[in-house]
Amino acid sequence: MTRPLLLRGGRVIDPGRGLDEVLDVLLADGVVARIGRDLEAPEGADVRDAGGLVVAPGLIDVHVHLREPGGEHKETIATGARAAAAGGFTAVCAMPNTDPPVDDPAAVGFVRAAGARAGGARVYPTGAVSIGQAGERLAEIGEMVAAGAVAITDDGRPVSDAGLMRLALEYSRTFGIPVASHCEEKALSRGGSMNEGIVSTRLGLTGIPNAAEDVMIARDLILAELTGGRLHVQHVSTARGVAMIREARARGVAVTAEATPHHLTLTDEAVDGYDTNAKMNPPLRTAADVEAVRAGFADGTLDVLATDHAPHHYDEKEQAFDDAPFGIVGLETAFGLCMTELVEKGVLTLPELIRRMSTNPARAFGLPGGTLAEGTIADVSVLDPSAAWTVDPARFYSKSRNTPFAGRKLRGRAALTIVGGVVVYDVAAPPPRQPALERRHA
Amino acid sequence: MPSAPYLGKDLVGLEELDADQIRGILDTAEPFKEISERAIKKVPVLRGKTIVNLFFEPSTRTRISFEFAEKRLSADTVNVAASGSSVQKGETLVDTARNLEAMRIDMVVIRHGSSGAARFLGERIPSNVINAGDGRHEHPTQALLDMLTIRDHLGRLEGVRVCIVGDVLHSRVARSNIWGLTKLGAEVAVCGPPTLLPAGVEELGVRVFTRVEEAIEWAEVLNVLRLQLERMHAGYIPSLREYNRVFGITRERVERAPRDLLILHPGPMNRGVEIDSDVADGEHSVILDQVTNGVAVRMAVLYLLAGGAPDKAEVAKHGVE
Amino acid sequence: MDQRAVERALARMARELVERGQGVEGLSLVGIHRRGVQLADRLADEIERAEEVRPPVGSLDITLYRDDLMAIGPRPVVGETRLPEGGINGRKVVIVDDVLYTGRTVRAALDELADFGRPSRIYLCVLVDRGGRELPIHADIVGRRIETAPNQRVEVLVPELDGRLAVELVGGAEPEAA
Repeated sequence: MTRPLLLRGGRVIDPGRGLDEVLDVLLADGVVARIGRDLEAPEGADVRDAGGLVVAPGLIDVHVHLREPGGEHKETIATGARAAAAGGFTAVCAMPNTDPPVDDPAAVGFVRAAGARAGGARVYPTGAVSIGQAGERLAEIGEMVAAGAVAITDDGRPVSDAGLMRLALEYSRTFGIPVASHCEEKALSRGGSMNEGIVSTRLGLTGIPNAAEDVMIARDLILAELTGGRLHVQHVSTARGVAMIREARARGVAVTAEATPHHLTLTDEAVDGYDTNAKMNPPLRTAADVEAVRAGFADGTLDVLATDHAPHHYDEKEQAFDDAPFGIVGLETAFGLCMTELVEKGVLTLPELIRRMSTNPARAFGLPGGTLAEGTIADVSVLDPSAAWTVDPARFYSKSRNTPFAGRKLRGRAALTIVGGVVVYDVAAPPPRQPALERRHA
Repeated sequence: MPSAPYLGKDLVGLEELDADQIRGILDTAEPFKEISERAIKKVPVLRGKTIVNLFFEPSTRTRISFEFAEKRLSADTVNVAASGSSVQKGETLVDTARNLEAMRIDMVVIRHGSSGAARFLGERIPSNVINAGDGRHEHPTQALLDMLTIRDHLGRLEGVRVCIVGDVLHSRVARSNIWGLTKLGAEVAVCGPPTLLPAGVEELGVRVFTRVEEAIEWAEVLNVLRLQLERMHAGYIPSLREYNRVFGITRERVERAPRDLLILHPGPMNRGVEIDSDVADGEHSVILDQVTNGVAVRMAVLYLLAGGAPDKAEVAKHGVE
Repeated sequence: MDQRAVERALARMARELVERGQGVEGLSLVGIHRRGVQLADRLADEIERAEEVRPPVGSLDITLYRDDLMAIGPRPVVGETRLPEGGINGRKVVIVDDVLYTGRTVRAALDELADFGRPSRIYLCVLVDRGGRELPIHADIVGRRIETAPNQRVEVLVPELDGRLAVELVGGAEPEAA
């Protein structure tokens, strides 16, 4: 049995219950045992002073790529789980677009077992919508759920066949899981590598119009309404996308939606100079879109913050822009970016940020946690909202360093990440890191 | 001693240059024209310098033009073409760069299918890098020779109305022309099927025509872009025949123009598609002058880049009469 | 040297040129960019006045043949090179420059001329020889010889570029402060 853990005098924020006050939190036997004033420390308890810190239900990232199996040079489930813990996350949902894809119960079991061994954040598998993510026939969704999958998605290889998407949304209702959709009409994105607009025109890069995303969001919202299935729209980047989701939810469509830290903070101007660390899909959009994504995040239309953590080896990113893969790492910068760029700038309050990083993702994906109610699992993020630090990719726990935020000065970082009552990350005694993989230049 | 403007280490595009720098290149090209008329077409400017012409995409015209320019300046040159080289064997651009660096190359002329490739290379090696066309981004020396040709014939660039006709979307020539011409005060328009015009191009300060008759009505100079067959296969246009009928520069259209037109084409031409033979070979065409000017402009660029940074200017004052 | 002095020197140099070349026949002048070009024109005028025949005049920009071209920073502007009418093959070519100093410009001019053809004889004609040679170069015809210090500058002024005709010695009477 692990020692009981008493967090003394932290600002306890539990958005699900409207709780925001300075209290003690006692974790014991893997659950939240008590919350109150001046709690007595049980015998042998590990007592930590949380004064000046925020004690929140564990942060959950429902959209990460851990690359295992098949892409272990970019990330493994173990390194990804440790990177998550270092970023303050107690749980992540691993996308199934690995090699081979996670499209059967055995693969789901593999991810789950590797996650359990990792010793970082919890790793929840997700399963593919279709066999081989080929977009033709439904994968064994029920079997995968039985093996531990918490959602299905063909992320990265979006379901282009509207009929198949309809079936997925209908069929998944039995299991109460969401269908997570990367909304992209490939016939419109047409091999593009950045947002279509004046910047792509200047740089001579093929543009991906907003319409490529909007058309798919519209389709999926209509299908969700038709089927009654639970739709989770991933990484919304367009103003119209936000508006359509807002309108659909008002109509009663069961839809949840993500905003990513990068779509909340960067525009397509970041691509200037052909920075491959500003290449992601959906692409960084215009300032007007960023404004709309922020507004949607603030008003809860985009109710989930997700990083779309997409590690890539430095060799893969050190290429001409067109040849480099999409995606950036995000687990270790998400909280700091949101604190600095959103909370400190008044876009939303810290309790609302925690709602979008913990309470809402837990609900959207039906995961344990997301609350500090007594008796729930002891997944807790202790956050230092005022700690100033500078993003240094060489100090990441992730195997990959592909971030456009290198050198960015941020405020807010994880102080203590607790999973099942066990400290998996402590900023005061950080676990050893892998040496950075970087090309040496003469 | 008067100095030509400093261009920086690399020539990646005309977007990065200011009007003085662009004018400096054009002015420098003037005396270099004469060298190609000499019996011995060679000056010792780049003696002992090694230049690699690194062509990841096939190109005859541009490569030969650069090679002549390099040889007339006495440089030692090596041509590397993508086919059969390590490039095709999966070597990455960064490894190619590092190999060049290890061989102590002075200058690299690069043609690559990816936008940004020249800049990518320039950021990673100490050699001067000259962009000979990167993806759809820029082809600065082509635009410079276009501008020199227009200036030769009209005596000015300021206020000249130039329309770039054709597949602007995929054209690095168009982008470099737009930057260079607008910076030197020309009025620029683009004309083509809307499927082949890039998003927001008017934000670059150009007028947009979707009917070639209107473009001809407006323009003094037509720069006719090559239409690649692949565009038809990709569905941007229904057929080459229809393209010629709707957007082709034909004798009838040229004759109906309200003024004498100057007609440029970066080559190689698809006769009967974007331009008809009797126009290409007609009295308005300056296409061969462009080829001649290409060598002079590239000599000028090589000459200007081979110098150092301006902080050496003080050194220059000593030992010089 | 004031205008009268320069004019007298040019007139004498023109006479010497014709004498050396045994007449105007076969003589071609090549002025070195920039002020050598105007001086070559003036010499041709003088010769024409005396002999009623004007020798062909050309101009030479030696920038691309400078031996320090790669060592200096920004690129010098390259001027016009125009061979005299009739070319230089088999001709008696007179290189005309304003000031002879280290000799490096003349070395470059000789190299450049060799790339254009094979004159039967090359003469060097300068308005001012200020000494300080770094190469074994010697002028055949000199307007005036002056002793100078390295920190002094000899400025030849011509009406076409400077509005007047003169030679001036600038600076250096006292050592400049470091």
